Amino acid sequence: MHRLTIRTTGTDPRLQALVNAARTSGVTVAHPDCVPIGIADIVFVHGSLTAGQRDELAAVLIDPLLQTGSWDTPTGRAVEVALLPGVTDDAATAVLTACRMLHIPVVAAAAGRRIELPNELPNELPNDLPNDLPNDSSNDADRVTEPVRELARTVLANPVIERWHAGTIEAHFADGHAGSNRAELVPIRTLDADQLAALNATRGLALDLAELQAIREHFVAARREPTDAELETLAQTWSEHCAHKTFQAAITTADGGSVPPLMGQLRRCTDQIAAPFVRSAFVGNAGIISFVPGVSLALKAETHNHPSAVEPFGGANTGVGGVIRDVLGTGHRPIAATDVLCFGLPDMPADQVPAGSLHPERIRDGVIAGVADYGNKIGLPTVAGAVLYDAGFTTNPLVFCGCIGIGDDRPLPAQPHPGDRVVVLGGRTGRDGIKGATFSSATMDATTGEVAGASVQIGDPITEKLLIDVIIGAEDLYRAITDCGAGGLSSAIGEMAECVGADIELGLVPLKYPGLEPWEIWLSEAQERMVLAVPPDQVPALLERCVEHGVELTDLGRFTGDGRLVVRHHDAVVVDLDLAFMHDGRPQRAMVAELPTPQRAIPTGRVVADVRGTLLALLAHRNIASKADVIHQYDHEILGSTIVRPITGVAADGPSDGVVIAHPGDTHGFAIGIGVNPWYGLHDPEAMAHAAVDEAIRNVVACGADPERVALLDNFSWGDPRRPSTLGELAAAVKGCCDAALAHRAPFVSGKDSLNNEYIGSDGRRHAVPPTLVITAVAHVPNANLVVTSDAAAAGDVLVLVGGTRTEFAGSHLDLILGEPAEPGVAPQPDPAAPARYRQLHAAIRAGLVRACHDVSEGGLAVSLAEMCIGGRLGVEVTSLPDANPITSLFAESIGRLVVEVHPRDLAAFTVLLAEPITVLGSVTDRDVLELPGVTPIRVDELVHAFTRSEQSS
Amino acid sequence: MSRPKAIVVAGPGTNRDTAAARALDLAGADAEIILSARLVAEPELLDDAQMLVIAGGFSYADALGAGRMLALELTHGGTGRLGEMLRSFVDAGRPVLGICNGFQVLTRAGLLPGALGHNEQGRFECRWVELSAPPSRSIWTAGLGAVDVAGDSDGAGDGDDDNSGQATIHCPIAHGEGRYVHRDPAGLAADGQVALRYASGNPNGSVADIAGVCDPTGVVLGLMPHPEDHAVARQHPRYHRGGGGPAHLGLRLFQSGVRHAKEL
Repeated sequence: MHRLTIRTTGTDPRLQALVNAARTSGVTVAHPDCVPIGIADIVFVHGSLTAGQRDELAAVLIDPLLQTGSWDTPTGRAVEVALLPGVTDDAATAVLTACRMLHIPVVAAAAGRRIELPNELPNELPNDLPNDLPNDSSNDADRVTEPVRELARTVLANPVIERWHAGTIEAHFADGHAGSNRAELVPIRTLDADQLAALNATRGLALDLAELQAIREHFVAARREPTDAELETLAQTWSEHCAHKTFQAAITTADGGSVPPLMGQLRRCTDQIAAPFVRSAFVGNAGIISFVPGVSLALKAETHNHPSAVEPFGGANTGVGGVIRDVLGTGHRPIAATDVLCFGLPDMPADQVPAGSLHPERIRDGVIAGVADYGNKIGLPTVAGAVLYDAGFTTNPLVFCGCIGIGDDRPLPAQPHPGDRVVVLGGRTGRDGIKGATFSSATMDATTGEVAGASVQIGDPITEKLLIDVIIGAEDLYRAITDCGAGGLSSAIGEMAECVGADIELGLVPLKYPGLEPWEIWLSEAQERMVLAVPPDQVPALLERCVEHGVELTDLGRFTGDGRLVVRHHDAVVVDLDLAFMHDGRPQRAMVAELPTPQRAIPTGRVVADVRGTLLALLAHRNIASKADVIHQYDHEILGSTIVRPITGVAADGPSDGVVIAHPGDTHGFAIGIGVNPWYGLHDPEAMAHAAVDEAIRNVVACGADPERVALLDNFSWGDPRRPSTLGELAAAVKGCCDAALAHRAPFVSGKDSLNNEYIGSDGRRHAVPPTLVITAVAHVPNANLVVTSDAAAAGDVLVLVGGTRTEFAGSHLDLILGEPAEPGVAPQPDPAAPARYRQLHAAIRAGLVRACHDVSEGGLAVSLAEMCIGGRLGVEVTSLPDANPITSLFAESIGRLVVEVHPRDLAAFTVLLAEPITVLGSVTDRDVLELPGVTPIRVDELVHAFTRSEQSS
Repeated sequence: MSRPKAIVVAGPGTNRDTAAARALDLAGADAEIILSARLVAEPELLDDAQMLVIAGGFSYADALGAGRMLALELTHGGTGRLGEMLRSFVDAGRPVLGICNGFQVLTRAGLLPGALGHNEQGRFECRWVELSAPPSRSIWTAGLGAVDVAGDSDGAGDGDDDNSGQATIHCPIAHGEGRYVHRDPAGLAADGQVALRYASGNPNGSVADIAGVCDPTGVVLGLMPHPEDHAVARQHPRYHRGGGGPAHLGLRLFQSGVRHAKEL
């Protein structure tokens, strides 16, 4: 075994990040001997290398201008960290690649990092031994103090994917302990309700009693016991994550009424709208639309909340990878990624973080790095998004990842035919991501992070990039395609085989390391794999493409036509399930909802003593303040098609409402807008949903999209729907979605729900997320040369407010700043005139009458005007306000409103076009101040400072 | 020669190859994207090309240092013959361009001086920058000073031309390891090998604001920013406000390279 320690010459930027994180964690405040003083990379090479070969390898791995390296084992006080065996290890792969090219014979490679601490003798506590790895040594150097242990656990390593050791770590290679290579029978036929519940708990099936009983009866009738693989297959297929049981449930209300199944409501609403641009809605991996003949767009948004809670980088990373594969699973080339992230408060004192949860700042930094890493490496612009903070997201961060793909108008991939081959492309299978679907369908508790290790993986965007390169352009070589997501092969092949049946051999699946049990191979959620149904005569051509791009192809068996799912492992049958039972045998869930009764009758106004200070505080509020710091970490330029960026203006720090994507050679393009506001949902979930739809559409219209051609995605992240009030809020939100979609004639084409976003703290109390609905709007931009941004354009222009301002403050950001009064009044309600208004505004944009446009949302009109000043580095003088009450005018959050900048000569034409009362607010000035009636003018640089301050301090 | 043939090399993880090929095509070349593995297997493909561009991305995931594995593949892969042919390609005066990851590859392959370390701020950075082209040996930046004033009318009044009177190239950066390191930046400049400098603030801690360098012959250029992402005027973030314009196009760099290749 050879060990190379590589150090950066000069300052390693990673060190400062660790020092900061250690300070946030609180460890180093009390223990200055735990402040990291150095960081180095470690490479292990297993094989017999000559001195010459070591030099040759070192010359590749070390750049003498940047680094120094040593083959000697370092001494001194340190913690060393390495990935657990089987976790994606790019560095180890790189070492193997280098050795192959240099013709150096090696058995294996591994990588790690070394974090050095000031020299001080440790005391006598035993070392940490996560994940049952053998303790390699027990000498004094490996004994650690409690603060070091704390530092290692909370800052230096994440036991979910990593192990650590005080002193020097030994390499572990995934050699795999021997598996039994056979399926075990799980006796179920004689179990009573209590015993079924016990089985459910021990195996982590996350099924309810009726479902367990249905499985029991099925096997009673089949006169045999299920195998472990069969039981796990059913648990995955029937999981909330895969089956959306709540959205398909029969719901009764507390008063004896009923609510139609939620999924059916959304689908019916799309059918009713019957938009001509919808090619496929709520079918397959993503919604498909076509705004322009010959060009088809695939849209999908997903959540990856639970994995991101326990391993923020890997969870977010694989969330992005998963949704990209969803789009690829429709035969469309991914071209843009979106993300909406919800975190706890990053300045939460470390001792207040619930047991078992990671600190919100660590989650935030890890998630953002994970999103950036995958998108940047796979080569997709990460464009639209939002970052929201609320204490309610402390233990349950929400990570919504979206992807848009482009294709032509060829027929969409369909169903496999009997005789087609079952072909797997992409990464190898390991013991990673086992049982993710059931994991994400369960409520977390203080031990989740420890037991969920196998459920989270780090992504491999390069492999997925190669998969895209193979699959796009191979449309004539396969008949059906789907991605391996939650449930792995079991769910991908199980879904594809639904109407035909399949017979496959698991022994053929390429493994990362030997020793996996058959059910583990079958359920592994190893990333970056796609399953294709390939006519036998096309397999050689597909193989040729794969060889060219360096992608592994495996032919696992065939689609049969007998309606059974047969899975073999070295010829022994480990699964033999009736696909009809698997997909239709689950009893419909019966649930009870207690519908909310929001207060809509009595609006209550607000009193604000210091308008100036309040506006600056709103601009500095984390939810409103500049996200430029995050956006600059995402490559939002790649592909050269981003026309309206997420940040805009003279200094590229003004917030954009939506983004516009248009290929450099095309006139047309599309816009992406996001709507989300969980705080309205705390007061009125139905109005919240309506507001989210309206906001998403408003955002795309503001940058030049056609409101007649908008498609929507819904993503619900909710608490436990078995609580009737939570389900009631969900049902109310679905009603709001449908009403808004119908009003705007904007159909939903795909959606996803993530429920059970709750956490039972070690205190025994439940922590649920605020009801969070993310709406993504994707809309046609007829002329990408006529886009509009939010930055004020020119002094002398007139500013106009369109839309009505009402006394709607419940859930407002003003209340987040000043505290919510006892009678919060009314949350922003639907505006029936908004759809017509957006159509008129679009006509004005097409006519070239609009110089800038910015939507009014969080923080109200005052914030919108301030953001226009920031973007344009220009002043604004407001001479009249929309409401008699100045506080309502400036801070209410009524929906349906936008501030529009027009040239004075165009004001009359604009007014005529709008065909409804508008408010002429005032004008853009070159005085570099925001002047509001009755308020001391605020300098633009003060606005900029407030808007960009919080990102600097946290 | 009407349109010179350009090879765009893409390794596993290269992701701006399509944009580079588009820019080359717009600049008057015929670009073909060729995977590194194929080029290693068929190095004679270079014989038919007059230009070579190593495109940006994350070849081999950039693990353990950006560009290292692709550099190793191009120089040592297969029989090693590609490495020899690359040197002959340069010796014959045919233009070679490495963008971002391609720049990292060229420094590691020994075709360009210096090295690229992690950004000073310790993370990936994507933002638009302005680049000045000081007088240098580079054939890729030759003529950037000759601004077509009439063509700049759209972008007039930006006040963004640098002190030398040259028009700056506007384009985005998108990298985590773009901090240029060299032991003697002044000597490098004196030798005419500093081809591009950041003119609107240093985005990554590069020594002496260096954004791009060339080899002693001037035919090999490496730069961290992405001129291929400003191949048409509408790609400029301020295009709708009258910003950018022909004088600031990243495309001009490709046009210079094509002009040189045509004269071979």
